[in-house]
Amino acid sequence: MSIEVRHICKRFGAFTALDDVSLAFPDGELVALLGPSGCGKTTLLRVIAGLEQSDSGQVLFDGEDASDTHVRERRVGFVFQHYALFRHMSVFDNVAFGLRMKPRRERPSEAEIRRRVMALLELVQLDWLADRFPSQLSGGQRQRIALARALAVEPKVLLLDEPFGALDAKVRKELRRWLRRLHDELHVTSIFVTHDQEEALEVADRVVLMHRGRVEQVGSPEEVYHHPATPFVYDFLGSVNRFEGRVEESGVRVGEALLLHEAPLPAGEAVIAFARPFELDIVPAESDRGVPARVARILAFGASARVELDGEGEPARRFEVELPRERCTALGLTPGQPVRLVPARLRVFAVE
Amino acid sequence: MAVHTGVLPGFRLTLGYTLFYLSLIVLLPVAAVFGKTLELGWGEFVDVVSNPRVLAAYRLSFGAALAAAAIDAVFGLLLAWVLVRYSFPGKRLVDALIDLPFALPTAVAGIALTALYAPNGWLGGWLAALGVKVAFTPLGILVALVFIGIPFVVRTVQPVLEEFEPEFEEAAASLGASRWQVFRHVILPHVLPATVTGFALAFARAVGEYGSVIFIAGNIPFVSEIVPLLIIGQLEQYNEAGATAIATVMLVISFTLLLVINALQAWAARRGGKEQ
Repeated sequence: MSIEVRHICKRFGAFTALDDVSLAFPDGELVALLGPSGCGKTTLLRVIAGLEQSDSGQVLFDGEDASDTHVRERRVGFVFQHYALFRHMSVFDNVAFGLRMKPRRERPSEAEIRRRVMALLELVQLDWLADRFPSQLSGGQRQRIALARALAVEPKVLLLDEPFGALDAKVRKELRRWLRRLHDELHVTSIFVTHDQEEALEVADRVVLMHRGRVEQVGSPEEVYHHPATPFVYDFLGSVNRFEGRVEESGVRVGEALLLHEAPLPAGEAVIAFARPFELDIVPAESDRGVPARVARILAFGASARVELDGEGEPARRFEVELPRERCTALGLTPGQPVRLVPARLRVFAVE
Repeated sequence: MAVHTGVLPGFRLTLGYTLFYLSLIVLLPVAAVFGKTLELGWGEFVDVVSNPRVLAAYRLSFGAALAAAAIDAVFGLLLAWVLVRYSFPGKRLVDALIDLPFALPTAVAGIALTALYAPNGWLGGWLAALGVKVAFTPLGILVALVFIGIPFVVRTVQPVLEEFEPEFEEAAASLGASRWQVFRHVILPHVLPATVTGFALAFARAVGEYGSVIFIAGNIPFVSEIVPLLIIGQLEQYNEAGATAIATVMLVISFTLLLVINALQAWAARRGGKEQ
């Protein structure tokens, strides 16, 4: 089922959680709502679910206005960050809950419930835990049970609020791959909220970046990563090095240094330029190109080496460069050594 | 003895101290009640406690206490729910008011309730017009016991509700549960153990209540005479053994009932998933 939200506004007292948000979620896609805490992503999810009422705007399911439909009738599966499993019920009873709450004439027989619950538990690969209680499960298992419970009522939409937020890093990685595979099997329109850019880029078909109650950018993971629309998106999607300067004819002037770049902006404009750590190169201080900096720390484990540097000026700007290990060794860097930084690629944004 | 492995030392010392204290403060007086009763022979004992007037008082005391505790359990749960879930002007004031029956001297409560419910009182006049007599009837006793018992339920249920995240209700609603189903299958199992505890406390308090009841009860033999009053009556006639005999039976019944409630509570807690 496709979902559309139109001009959603939501305030909590003086705080604007959602500021005129309009989005479309096509049928069968897995979409990530990504942003820092307080950006309104969870509120948007709750408005779509019907757990929260927006102050204005519409929520449309398959083109039909569902704004006034109670959460009970929206047929959305909602998965909470802290699972919200019923503690007094076994895993089986938790998953069966939605089926047992149906009005008598729609309710399947107990045998049919049993069959469907066991099928779902098999789907989440936890059928052997049917008789346990939630407190006897690990966090990852609980979240999978919560998902099975949400799927039991055959929701038309699956909404997940920071589904992996409370799990440790390793389980989180496993579980998000598993979620991706599950989605490929089920093709239920799904929206999940996360503040982890890696998670969003890895799992989702499309990423919606939110900031201060507004949508900053919508696109495929490749699009938003390689063509960020705003400085916020660039900054949020990974570590960045930031330069402030002014556009000149042949590049961007940062302090003394001129960084070559084909800026699509008129000369004289104040700009912010970004480069990812792997887009910067380190050259000796005697070179006439690049921004001066001083090596602070060298972290040489893994395939590439990471070098942290302090820029000039007060307060000193910090830079981070990722180099192949051999290149790092060849440069013979030591902490405290003055060097220069040359970006291979820059993203330039006009100062707002 | 098991090897000591806990974080805090002094298991034997604290246990010994606890038992000593419990004996001194609780068990010794209770034992004295039994001891005094032994001054009577079995026949005399049975005569005292099977006196129809005494039996009527037992029925009234325990019946009214159970009914009052049950009413408190229902409305205390409701009150706690409102106090935890909603914010409204004057909420803190209402919250403070809950404790008033704890703090008020029971005689004051009794006098206030009597003034209110007496046939010439504010409410009593109205109710009398409707044909309902409250003061000087068992109904009046019930009113007084409900009044003094309510904080026990509210104060035991409140913290449990506070830790109960709205998430659970939202999850249930998103799975299609109606309001009643959410209450019946999600909220109630969670708060039942605490409610039963509150019920037990309110009941225990109500059984022993004296001050607030004697004013509103009217103390008519066979109608509105409670057991504590009979005990006082015996004492006033210097019949200490008779008084303790009545008290002994009361103690045994109370203790048995509390044990049953305790077992019920443990069962509810297991159902609530607390011991998993």
